[in-house]
Amino acid sequence: MKALGSLIYQRLVIIVPYAWLLIFFLAPFLIVFRISLSTKALSVPPYDPSFAWSDSFSDWWDKLQTMSFDNYVWLTGDPLYMNAYIESLQIAGISTLLTLIIAYPIAYGMAQAPRTIRPTLLMLVILPFWTSFLIRVYSWMSILSTTGLLNQLLMGLGIIHQPLVILNTNTAVYIGMVYSYLPFMVLPLYSALEKMDGTLIEAAQDLGCTPIGAFWRVTFPLSLPGVIAGCMLVFIPAVGEFVIPDLLGGSQTLMIGKVLWTEFYSNTDWPLASAVATILLLVLVVPIVFFQHFQARADEKGR
Amino acid sequence: MIRWSRFNIVSVTLGLAFLYLPILLLIIYSFNSSRLVTVWGGFSTQWYVHLFSNDTMLNAAWLTVRIALLSATIATVLGTLAAITLVRYTRFRGRILFSGMIYAPLVMPDVITGLSLLLLFVTSGVDRGFWTIVMAHTTLTMCFVAVVVQSRLLTFDRSIEEAAMDLGAPPVRTFFEVTLPIIAPAVFSGWVLALTLSLDDLVIATFASGAGAKTLPMLIYSQVKLGVTPEINAICTILIGVVAVGVICASIATKRREVQRQRDEQAAAAA
Amino acid sequence: MKSLGNIRRSFAPWTDPSAKPYISFKNVTKKFGDFTAVDNLSLNIYNREFFALLGASGCGKSTLLRMLAGFEQPTTGEIVLDDQDLAGTPPYRRPVNMMFQSYALFPHMSVEKNIAFGLRQDGMPKAEIDDRVAQMLKLVKLEQFAKRKPNQLSGGQRQRVALARSLAKRPKVLLLDEPLGALDKKLREETQFELMDLQQSLGLTFVVVTHDQEEAMTMADRIAVMSHGQVVQVATPAEIYEAPNCRFVADFIGDVNILDGNVTSTQSGIVEMAVESGFTVRTASGDTPSAGSRASLAIRPEKLRVTPRAPANASVNAAEGEIWDIAYLGDMTVFHVKLKSGQVVKASSLNAVRAVEEPFAYDQNVWVSFDENAGVLLKD
Repeated sequence: MKALGSLIYQRLVIIVPYAWLLIFFLAPFLIVFRISLSTKALSVPPYDPSFAWSDSFSDWWDKLQTMSFDNYVWLTGDPLYMNAYIESLQIAGISTLLTLIIAYPIAYGMAQAPRTIRPTLLMLVILPFWTSFLIRVYSWMSILSTTGLLNQLLMGLGIIHQPLVILNTNTAVYIGMVYSYLPFMVLPLYSALEKMDGTLIEAAQDLGCTPIGAFWRVTFPLSLPGVIAGCMLVFIPAVGEFVIPDLLGGSQTLMIGKVLWTEFYSNTDWPLASAVATILLLVLVVPIVFFQHFQARADEKGR
Repeated sequence: MIRWSRFNIVSVTLGLAFLYLPILLLIIYSFNSSRLVTVWGGFSTQWYVHLFSNDTMLNAAWLTVRIALLSATIATVLGTLAAITLVRYTRFRGRILFSGMIYAPLVMPDVITGLSLLLLFVTSGVDRGFWTIVMAHTTLTMCFVAVVVQSRLLTFDRSIEEAAMDLGAPPVRTFFEVTLPIIAPAVFSGWVLALTLSLDDLVIATFASGAGAKTLPMLIYSQVKLGVTPEINAICTILIGVVAVGVICASIATKRREVQRQRDEQAAAAA
Repeated sequence: MKSLGNIRRSFAPWTDPSAKPYISFKNVTKKFGDFTAVDNLSLNIYNREFFALLGASGCGKSTLLRMLAGFEQPTTGEIVLDDQDLAGTPPYRRPVNMMFQSYALFPHMSVEKNIAFGLRQDGMPKAEIDDRVAQMLKLVKLEQFAKRKPNQLSGGQRQRVALARSLAKRPKVLLLDEPLGALDKKLREETQFELMDLQQSLGLTFVVVTHDQEEAMTMADRIAVMSHGQVVQVATPAEIYEAPNCRFVADFIGDVNILDGNVTSTQSGIVEMAVESGFTVRTASGDTPSAGSRASLAIRPEKLRVTPRAPANASVNAAEGEIWDIAYLGDMTVFHVKLKSGQVVKASSLNAVRAVEEPFAYDQNVWVSFDENAGVLLKD
């Protein structure tokens, strides 16, 4: 039904959030791109050229001429950055897979739980999410360090004699990623599994399927929308993740989020950081568009 | 319905243990009188005392809370408007772009959003500090609010609004007197979500802030890089405690309302 | 002159050529994209009528109602209420109120507040609102439920609140969208008569949308049978039942037997036909179809007589067959009789006596007969 509101109110409802997002979300990307075409400078702001309202047209034109794609050439030429992108994708991909494998039994167990305790389980899973992400990653630092809890436990039990070096390696990053993103995978999975009709499994078994077979042929395919949503919610942000590789990873952990941060803060090379960001955005554009499309379609179905 | 098999119970228990282990450890060590994680020096609340005399931390905490409250509230208003747009106005020019801009920030890596906002502020000459962080957080969290409110609006019974209009209430009045009170729980949980995201954010706050404004996550992060101070454990425990109490209260309140509602319906059916 | 059915109607403004319709749909069409929900429909409803829109799902009746309420705008055509064109008037400014199928009660407001809602929108002073709400509560007998919330009420009670709320503003026209659908049978019957009483005593025009024939037949002064966005027939229940204007209406309402055949002759108001079921039919009719043309006779089951032996004049309006099926319904019995031609006709008879001396048996040879006024000649 088309709202019969006075047109002004209707327009306002659309325009206010739209304008905000255009200004604070979309426009900045254009600015990032423009800065990526500049070069680092020792001025404030630390890039050249910097346009000012007082510039004349010829100044403007001259400055425009100094802009170039040099940063991009630099990035694509240097294997360090290329490796960083590739490794980010790898780490994010593996983390997503690990998170899926660990989250699925949890979500499945929750969906099978007696109806009365399901809300409680849901609350228990969501609760860590409400507490600080930074704090929890920080806590893992002390668990995984050579003098940390894990090593103390393992040495105390006599399983190992030398402390394992986990902190500052990729392994710690994986643990951190899985830990932090677990709720993002569990919730969509749970939501999809909970809606599933249990009698479908019974029907499958009645027709001769083993329980495992019934799972792969009935349950898993039906939970696919939840799997896809969860993977999107984990993979995409994980590619650009900064905090986890910074705190838990080592110097060999090459993730693009860290690279961007370093270029920006340590090297104050804003143009280069912008170029890094632009390429990252291009890399992620396909999954992001897929995610939006997927969400929009899920909304249509819910309508 | 379906029996809860041993495998399921084990999975859920292990999963929850995994989720809560670091949190429990943090809480325990905040009461450790020794500075080192490796040594248990006995129970002590000294770090909490230290905390309350640590002005830097207290200021950071207060700043973080103010930013969170302000940005969450603005984000809730904007996000609710966005949700209405997504659900009710299905055909207008630029709708695809709009829905894209709502969903993209949900998954966009923080570093990209943070960098882009910083460059926006710099090129437009805005001084970075409290207000820029508020604007940055609002932009990010309004999308989450929009998604939460939108999913509530999708299941909203439109005939109630039609009934209100049929009885003489023009659309704006219908929204405030009928729709909003009914979707209020979803709007509130959107607000809480925005609050949490803002309180917790490190990356975007770092990019969007200037010299003067240091939020609590920023403070914790810088201290963590230098070395662990037990006051951090203390403040983390306090935060966890506050959140836990809040969530548990909300759960109990919801559960009680649910039980009351069921009792009402049964009584009505029997009447 | 004989009249159809056995109810005397004194209220029949549609028969008066000088009466002006209160609500008028003029060539109204409503399209949703490629789909035409209402197709060039024209209809007049008179003041104080209890009018029913009857049809299967998808026939356009709900769309028509919603256009009258103001929730949809016609693609083309006019809707006129009390001499005013309603085009462009939003629902909150129309003197029309609606009772929704799902009741649409405001869950966060008490019964009182729900009923008072419309009055508050008009800016009525508080004391008056309280009075009117009390009146309404008394009308629907829900006085002690005033402070309850909708989720604390049973289905029947919620329906009354919805009714009270829609009547609170004393609209000239009340629209009801499947008002009795959610009620159980007994409650439905009671409520039907209550609605009729209410409409009479308040002197309002009711427009009801329903897919339930019984509901329409019981309550309405006139029924509009709709199909595929068009009105097929508008008439009183008796006319609809005893004088359907086409096969669709004959089939839609109640049970009917249709005998197809060719006209052999027409004279002085009697049409003679040779039907495919293998016998001769003579029926009284105002039409004069030419000899040799196709025609159909519609006869209701209760107009057929079933006898164990042939009737006096077995050459016309009589056929032999055997009892194919018996449906004992308590108050009446429906016999499915298979004629020699293979066609099965339904004949029903009231069980007016408790014990019958010679009840019919399965496969028993019987005769089915009827008289000249029993059926209606159908036009298509």
